[in-house]
Amino acid sequence: MTEARFAPGDRVRVRYDWPEQRPQPNGLPSAHIRTPHYLRGRLGTVQAVLGSFANPEDLAFARPAPKRALYHVLFDQPPIWNEGAPGDSLLVEIFEHWLEPLESQEQAA
Amino acid sequence: MSAPARPQSIAHLERLIAALTARGLVSEAELAARQASTDRASPEVGARMVARAWLDPEWRALMLRDGAAAAEQMGVSMAGAPPLGVLEDTPTLHHLVVCTLCSCYPRAVLGYPPSWYKSFEYRSRAVREPRAVLAEWGTTLPPGTRLRVVDSTADYRWMVLPLRPAGTEGWSEDRLAALVTRDALVGVALPQVPTALAAE
Repeated sequence: MTEARFAPGDRVRVRYDWPEQRPQPNGLPSAHIRTPHYLRGRLGTVQAVLGSFANPEDLAFARPAPKRALYHVLFDQPPIWNEGAPGDSLLVEIFEHWLEPLESQEQAA
Repeated sequence: MSAPARPQSIAHLERLIAALTARGLVSEAELAARQASTDRASPEVGARMVARAWLDPEWRALMLRDGAAAAEQMGVSMAGAPPLGVLEDTPTLHHLVVCTLCSCYPRAVLGYPPSWYKSFEYRSRAVREPRAVLAEWGTTLPPGTRLRVVDSTADYRWMVLPLRPAGTEGWSEDRLAALVTRDALVGVALPQVPTALAAE
């Protein structure tokens, strides 16, 4: 299994990145992304390391697909939409290359 | 009466199968076996897993640790299937499963996904206003229950292990399994004891 960079309880940020919007010279779809748009840039907590799986962003284009660590990441649900019931949450599978560690000062904020 | 015209898609499919067979990538026997296991898969499998978990703590532990291994013990072939994760409801936490990206669904233990699961409306609303979605299903969570929406975005497939309803003490596994609907395994509904039975 690929070494996992994060452990349960780690605070993480989902990368604020939109590879699917980067233009391609051939005009074909540029990316296949499994990280939902509503979570880009959001803060969450690693709940579990689910294992390692071939990167779907490569598989979708029949490229060699190295395995990447996959996490279950927990997010508070109301801050995502500015509505909802306190205590409700979202639990989502996210690949490691979409996660950044939070700096300690951000954790305190 | 003349036979209906064969859709062109069938002809495409047959050419694809012939090409894959010629290259040794699939065999007719493998296709038949996969078709048979797909046809066998239904929510009754997931319901039996849940009923057994309500009765047998060791089985429950196995199911939560490795859903695919538990399904295999139920006679389901999980070869080539994605790993199966089981989400354990508690008196203060309820799970709801959605795939906002497409329609990922634990077919091995629930069969084909219903059309509403694949609808744009369910996929967008389940993560944004899940309690409104549940309300439209007629599902009210007990006060103090937090809702956790599980967006199935990658390599696992997820089913819910709901709470055993009150009033089912002493029930057999078969009788309990009959309470567990497909909708309860996705989390849009809760297992209910029919009023007539509860009065027995």
